[in-house]
Amino acid sequence: MVSENIVSSKDEWDLIIQPQRSWWDLHFKELWHYRDLIRLLVWRDFVAYYKQTILGPLWYVIQPVLTTVVFTVIFGNIANLSTDGLPPFLFYMAGNIVWSYFSACLVSTSTTFTVNAGIFGKVYFPRLSMPLSVVISNLISFAIRFAIFLCFLAYFILSGTHLRPNIWILSVPVLVIIMAFMGLGCGIIISSLTTKYRDLHQLVSFGVQLLMYATPVIYPLSSIDDAWRWLILVNPMTPIVEIFRLAFLGVSDINPAYLLYSMGFTVLIFFGGALIFNRVESTFMDTV
Amino acid sequence: MTNIVVSIENISKSYQLGSINTGTFYGDLNRWWAKKRGQPDPYLKVGGQDNRNHTGETLWALKNINFQLQQGDVLGVIGRNGAGKSTLLKILSRVTAPTSGVIKVKGRIASLLEVGTGFHPELTGRENIFLNGAILGMQRKEIQNKFDEIVDFSGVEKFIDTPVKRYSSGMYVRLAFAVAAHLEPEILIVDEVLAVGDADFQKKCLGKMGDISQNGRTVIFVSHNMSSIVRLSRTVLLMNNGMIDGLGVPEKMVSQYLMSGATSLAHRKWINSNEAPGNSVARIRSVRLVNQDMQTIDTSDVREKIGIETIFDRQDITVPIVPVISLHNEDGQHIFTAIDTTNKSNQLNKIGQYVCVAWIPNNLLNEGRITVSIALNTFLSQTVVRQAVVQDAIAFQAIDPLEGDSAKGVFTRNWGGAVAPLLEWTVYQDDREIA
Repeated sequence: MVSENIVSSKDEWDLIIQPQRSWWDLHFKELWHYRDLIRLLVWRDFVAYYKQTILGPLWYVIQPVLTTVVFTVIFGNIANLSTDGLPPFLFYMAGNIVWSYFSACLVSTSTTFTVNAGIFGKVYFPRLSMPLSVVISNLISFAIRFAIFLCFLAYFILSGTHLRPNIWILSVPVLVIIMAFMGLGCGIIISSLTTKYRDLHQLVSFGVQLLMYATPVIYPLSSIDDAWRWLILVNPMTPIVEIFRLAFLGVSDINPAYLLYSMGFTVLIFFGGALIFNRVESTFMDTV
Repeated sequence: MTNIVVSIENISKSYQLGSINTGTFYGDLNRWWAKKRGQPDPYLKVGGQDNRNHTGETLWALKNINFQLQQGDVLGVIGRNGAGKSTLLKILSRVTAPTSGVIKVKGRIASLLEVGTGFHPELTGRENIFLNGAILGMQRKEIQNKFDEIVDFSGVEKFIDTPVKRYSSGMYVRLAFAVAAHLEPEILIVDEVLAVGDADFQKKCLGKMGDISQNGRTVIFVSHNMSSIVRLSRTVLLMNNGMIDGLGVPEKMVSQYLMSGATSLAHRKWINSNEAPGNSVARIRSVRLVNQDMQTIDTSDVREKIGIETIFDRQDITVPIVPVISLHNEDGQHIFTAIDTTNKSNQLNKIGQYVCVAWIPNNLLNEGRITVSIALNTFLSQTVVRQAVVQDAIAFQAIDPLEGDSAKGVFTRNWGGAVAPLLEWTVYQDDREIA
């Protein structure tokens, strides 16, 4: 594994390349040194995405609205699932934008090593800057979707629907950060494993789909029997989705203390992921 | 005090061979199931062979490499394919980690392994300069300061705000190289084999490397072009099978390298007369390259006279034979063919062993790897009968030490042409009208 000791003036050597670095040397300092790169990568993703599409930024608008309409028709009108008495459109949209940010973070970081094998094979930079930039650029589409959601929310409130946005709105940044790092953590663990097992990919997109049904995205937590509720609560995404709805729509069955569970889970998964990623990054070129 | 900037200590790199895993989870499961039922491994390769240093299923791409570089050193790395050159560069540029050992470095390392890494086709030239610079580890301020210089060097000012996907491949490469060339690292790593682009661009690459080393920076480069190795490097590292075969003066290392392969021998001989190439008229017994003192050499200074010595057996003196030598350069270009017009071979009308030396004048050959083919021919009025032929009998490296007294003068870059003769020039002033 390659390690870097950034110069302190006393050190004789600027760089020491050696096989093993300690498990705990995650060189976040070096990552900070490359912050310009992360910024440029985020901006590259955004510009490239925007330039390659016919509809350009409109995509960011069409996709969540259309998904929400489909959810509303299928789960709300046909399957008649409960929405806690909330307007189905807003209910599904809230769940959808939160879930899609998390799943985008997870899925797009899970291919870090395989997608970037070409560039990783040519030049060194802190590998973690790639998935980190992906998580940040996903934030842009999340922001756009979030803005659309706020528009619809305002429309519903103005047209007289009884909704109670409340103080929990302040928790949104925390929710976003938790999702970002949880998605990143899971993603880099999977990407580390895909250097060994390529077919893990199929499992990821499939798994994320299934995971959505284990999260109260298309149904409220309140509609789950007490006997089975623990199963849904084990899912660390449950508090995120529920608290998001609680904040803007004012109804949720969740005990907000579960947010602490999500936080703890995120810290564990992110550092665990960073450790594994760190182990894999220095020699993955030999196996990919 | 010595000024060591790179210290490579006991570097080894091993690769796992064969059954680490099959690459897919399904594959591993499948193998495990086969093993469980006592069937052979379905993923085992049959007949795979390799003559490298195997210990079990480990391939040692590098084994105990030790050397140090001083500031301003220019190290050329040579060796056959698979000798470990690229692995060494990969470890130095931190693309992969060594298995054991330590490398200590002072200053920033940058590698020119492949230019244009990370260019995005949708982004404009300007945007790509910043992105590529950042990938190579430059700070934004640094790129901003050098931006005009980079654009100027690349010569694509007009298209700097056009997406690079609309660039011609030449423009693309020039822009990419301009960014890399302005990185100004203390230690530059270049793998010439991977350097894309035409001959012109490669020359530019090499020229820039020369400039860099003159500024007191350290350069490590891999090349298969022996002329540029001798010209540019001050020290040459010769690698073989993951180990260091030699570290020393370029000329010496290059000749050691050329000597080590069967095809690059400067001396060929056939001990057994019956197996020697030829027929009942004549057989070639030995071919070698010699200097004026008749010593075998494998590298020649283009400024010195060299000889191609052929020893042959004349077995039938009734048929006249003429020795022929034919020289080709590394591009396969035919340099010249020469025959013994003095007919000396036939004047000695006796059966026996003859020694014939064809002297190539000094200041005639161009630099490069030259192969020599030998033949003993009988020239009839319309046809030629080849009594004995050895295609590519020997090969040697012609080197121009660039001391200003060869045909190239003080010019240090590549010099085209099959030959580079030093001509006699007449120049005088004559102000008369041109009639």
